[in-house]
Amino acid sequence: MNPQTSAPTSAEPPQMPLESTNVGTKLIEESFDSELARRHRYGMIFEWVCWLATWGSVVILGVLIATMAWQAMGWLTPKFLVSMPRRNPADAGILPGIVGTFWLILLTAILSVPLGVGAAIYLEEYSKPTLLTKFIQLNIANLAGVPSIVYGILGFTAFVRMFGLTKSEYLINLGIGSLQLTLPFGRTVISGALTLALLSLPVVIIASQEALRSVPPSLRHASLALGATKWQTIWHQVLPSALPGMMTGVILAMSRAIGETAPLVAIGAATYITFTPGRLNSVSEAFTRPDKLAQVPFDSFTTIPMQIYGWINEAKPEFQHVAAAAILVLLVILLISNGLAIFIRQHFQKKVRW
Amino acid sequence: MSVVEQKPASTDSVIDRTNLEASGLAYRFTWQRLRESFIQMLLFLCALLSVLTTLAIIFVLVSEAIFGIPPEKAFFQEISLSQFFLETRWAPQYSPPVFGIWPLICGTFLITIIAAIIGLPTGLLAAVYLAEYASPRVRSIAKPILELLAGVPTVVYGYFGLRIVTPYVIRPILKPAEFFGVEWLWSIPVDGFNALSGGIVVGLMIIPTVCSLSEDVLRAVPRTLREAGYALGSTKFDVCVRVVIPSALSGIIAAFLLAISRAVGETMAVTIAAGQKPTLTLNPLSQIETMTAYVVNVMSGDTPVGTIEYKSLYAVALVLFLTTLTMNLISQLVLARYREVYQ
Repeated sequence: MNPQTSAPTSAEPPQMPLESTNVGTKLIEESFDSELARRHRYGMIFEWVCWLATWGSVVILGVLIATMAWQAMGWLTPKFLVSMPRRNPADAGILPGIVGTFWLILLTAILSVPLGVGAAIYLEEYSKPTLLTKFIQLNIANLAGVPSIVYGILGFTAFVRMFGLTKSEYLINLGIGSLQLTLPFGRTVISGALTLALLSLPVVIIASQEALRSVPPSLRHASLALGATKWQTIWHQVLPSALPGMMTGVILAMSRAIGETAPLVAIGAATYITFTPGRLNSVSEAFTRPDKLAQVPFDSFTTIPMQIYGWINEAKPEFQHVAAAAILVLLVILLISNGLAIFIRQHFQKKVRW
Repeated sequence: MSVVEQKPASTDSVIDRTNLEASGLAYRFTWQRLRESFIQMLLFLCALLSVLTTLAIIFVLVSEAIFGIPPEKAFFQEISLSQFFLETRWAPQYSPPVFGIWPLICGTFLITIIAAIIGLPTGLLAAVYLAEYASPRVRSIAKPILELLAGVPTVVYGYFGLRIVTPYVIRPILKPAEFFGVEWLWSIPVDGFNALSGGIVVGLMIIPTVCSLSEDVLRAVPRTLREAGYALGSTKFDVCVRVVIPSALSGIIAAFLLAISRAVGETMAVTIAAGQKPTLTLNPLSQIETMTAYVVNVMSGDTPVGTIEYKSLYAVALVLFLTTLTMNLISQLVLARYREVYQ
């Protein structure tokens, strides 16, 4: 990197020759310092501070959950889970949020997982290190850092309004009842899912790439040597081995999407709504009423974080406790999905040893 | 036969075509090969989608903020750049409306500084602990818990800031008179929405980001450097602070930049905890509005499409996007260089 330091004798990292030698000479000076006890004392204090930083953060997580539980005490009842939101805090419920979150994340996963895994396979297995590949890679890393509200603006302009290009509503007859499809999509589940899919795509790609990278090349070579084509190798050998890692990454990406609020606020998802997407009144209706099921993506919706945001903005102080109860529900859902991801990582990666 | 045919398929760019034709191994059409290249094309399109997303973001922001698609006029075609960057008031509700970005930038800056003061040192120290001091067992427990801290939704942090940090942490410290009933103590006024609580929760939020990225770069420092330090008679503290951290400095700075860019782009927590009133102030105890909070504020209201207030959204988002993009880019480039040096 630096011509002066390319001599094989230099053990320092070539990147920062000046600093490193400074460190070296300083260390030599220090080694003649007889105050070893003082330095050890500093070391103890430093270790203690580092320890405190780590476990302090863990304690804060505990405090956060505990205060939420304290605020929600008495408000988180079974009735809360199955009721519609009401103007009266005592009757308020979170059902449309739970159902809305379910449909939204299901659609998001359907949209983003195949695309994300496909992109990861291309980048890891097919692409040659050209300028274009490097650009795509850098671009993905940057997209992962774009604020979620910017995705929300993109989603609002591109999906909710469709750039203001179309203004008509289309009625499509599916033969199983009339499916009302509107163009532009408006503030519907499909708009939200498309937005969240774009948002979680970089995360899915990066996680899948890491999973693919951890599959040893010898596996690919063996398969290719036996006459399998590249795609056969990927489909039958690489993907099954990378699957646990990918699933972990996908679950983590989706649990992040569950908690997203800003992009949904931007696309104008409802905070107060008294029906579930598609007006499905029970679980069994999803199987017996295909017309209602087909309407789900094109109906208005709310999610748990949106309901929380709505309740936080309510004037009545009781709604703060309702919000805390909803937060607790959300945290439990996230804890389960995160726990599932960690379980898959621990369980499957121990089985496969290369 | 088919085994021999695989060779050109996988390394065709290297092999001389003319020799191949002479040896009978030249490219021949098979359905299998068509399928393979079709799949490759499909996967390439998946990868290209990310570039399309970036282009779409840029197009949307630029078309509403800088160059309008006729007959529509963009924000900067109606509001001059000098007003945007020189005016010190952000007042879309006035007639005529005044758009000076500084109050929003100031709010974002305040949140970011407070978050950085809290999040960066804590994250770095936690990373040093996990990389240098903790046993593998302790690390295997602490790391997933810290990752959970990153998994908590931002709206929850907002609630935590507004309903817990402000009334139960900031108020008792700054207004003990009110809280403990002691008259002679100091009393500093605190707004219900304040930048401090927003900054604190954003600081907590970026700890895991800083920690996991810094831990990676600290681990990448070669063992030989540490051993050289010990051989010269250093204590563990000397090695950590004078060898490992300086060697990993560029990587740590990249991690810091990434975390700061996350703090700049953080939306719900600051909207909820820090308020929605654009104020040109550096007082962390007053209500402010960040760029992200302004976007949320306008979008959750019923601002008609096409009005200047609606377009101002895109101008603010463009500033936000460019800020975070610059920081992310620098951070990515520094990290890439760092990885090259130590691998």
